[in-house]
Amino acid sequence: MDYTPTQSGFRQQPNMRQRNSSADGLEGSQLFEDTSGAAHGLQTGYSNQQAGPQAAGFTGQSILSDPMSNLAMAYGSSLASQGREMVDKNLDRFIPISKMKYYFAVDTVYVGKKLGLLVFPYMHENWEVRYQQDTPVAPRFDVNAPDLYIPAMGFITYVLVAGLALGTQNRFSPELLGVQASSAFVWLIMEVLAVLLSLYLVTANTDLTTIDLLAFSGYKYVGMIIGVVAGLLFGRPAYYLSLLWCCAAIFVFMIRTLRLKLLSDAAAEGRLVRGTRNQLRMYLTMSIAAAQPIFMYWLTYHLIR
Amino acid sequence: MAFTLYSLIQAAILCVNAVAVLHEERFLSKIGWGVDQSVGGFGDEPGVKVQLMNLVRSVRTVMRVPLIAVNAVCIVLLLLFG
Repeated sequence: MDYTPTQSGFRQQPNMRQRNSSADGLEGSQLFEDTSGAAHGLQTGYSNQQAGPQAAGFTGQSILSDPMSNLAMAYGSSLASQGREMVDKNLDRFIPISKMKYYFAVDTVYVGKKLGLLVFPYMHENWEVRYQQDTPVAPRFDVNAPDLYIPAMGFITYVLVAGLALGTQNRFSPELLGVQASSAFVWLIMEVLAVLLSLYLVTANTDLTTIDLLAFSGYKYVGMIIGVVAGLLFGRPAYYLSLLWCCAAIFVFMIRTLRLKLLSDAAAEGRLVRGTRNQLRMYLTMSIAAAQPIFMYWLTYHLIR
Repeated sequence: MAFTLYSLIQAAILCVNAVAVLHEERFLSKIGWGVDQSVGGFGDEPGVKVQLMNLVRSVRTVMRVPLIAVNAVCIVLLLLFG
């Protein structure tokens, strides 16, 4: 994002396309420090108000000399700040921003360990999340805690790698990136909704939140990326081999993680507990874990020809 | 395979409409899914069928009025834009 401190506002318009709509800037001011000055805030408010079609009219003119546009700029900036307050107030109702901050409290060591765990979960022994006075410890301090950083980065990387794979087969066009992204996103949402529905039907009393489920479903993108990159570099046999390895790893990872959260304490320790309820929960854990390799194959097989 | 967010919304509206048209007396009671058949069993084991019946009943109660609005909007949009 290029906040060039120029007089003419029309230079802001090309950058406006790269900037997402005002929601991005509003979230930025809450999640991170807002390092832009007040002058940039004025220019931002003005540029957000004057959209693309009107940009052509201002080409070549200096905007600040016109009193009418001064008025428009002031009005636009006041509208923008009002809109920002309203969105801030309402956004917190739908997306709990403070809770999201917990899922992004990661550091490099955690990410490295977690990626290693996603690819090779066989040696890890203690899968429990540590608690600190009723709240789970931040991911920075416990490698078992779910986070949203890896799934988010994995999703974006998957879309880019898919574009790369399509490009090597001369099937690429920029719209396909959007199609891939929305397609994968829709499958993710459907998977999370299906898991939520089945958790409700089985009356599993867990402390798994929706965001936790989103995080767990997002971990499969790591395996998908590894498979596709291996397939691009070394051909189809490498794709199948690495996908098989990553599918098995994700299967074991999900079972070991969900076992502690879904099943009762006795069943989680490995003892056979009779009763339909525990059986249902075991089936549910198995099917959630088995759905991951299916999705991994489904979302990548068309990229390797 | 190429899903969009719009098709997901369409599918969701269709599914909720499908649940909303299940009539209580004429249909659900006939197949044993009525509200009077879900009480009982005060333990902590509601069972899948009872949960499903509760879900159907609550979706019908909650979504009845919003569905009128959503369906009207959908019909108008589809008529205008195809």
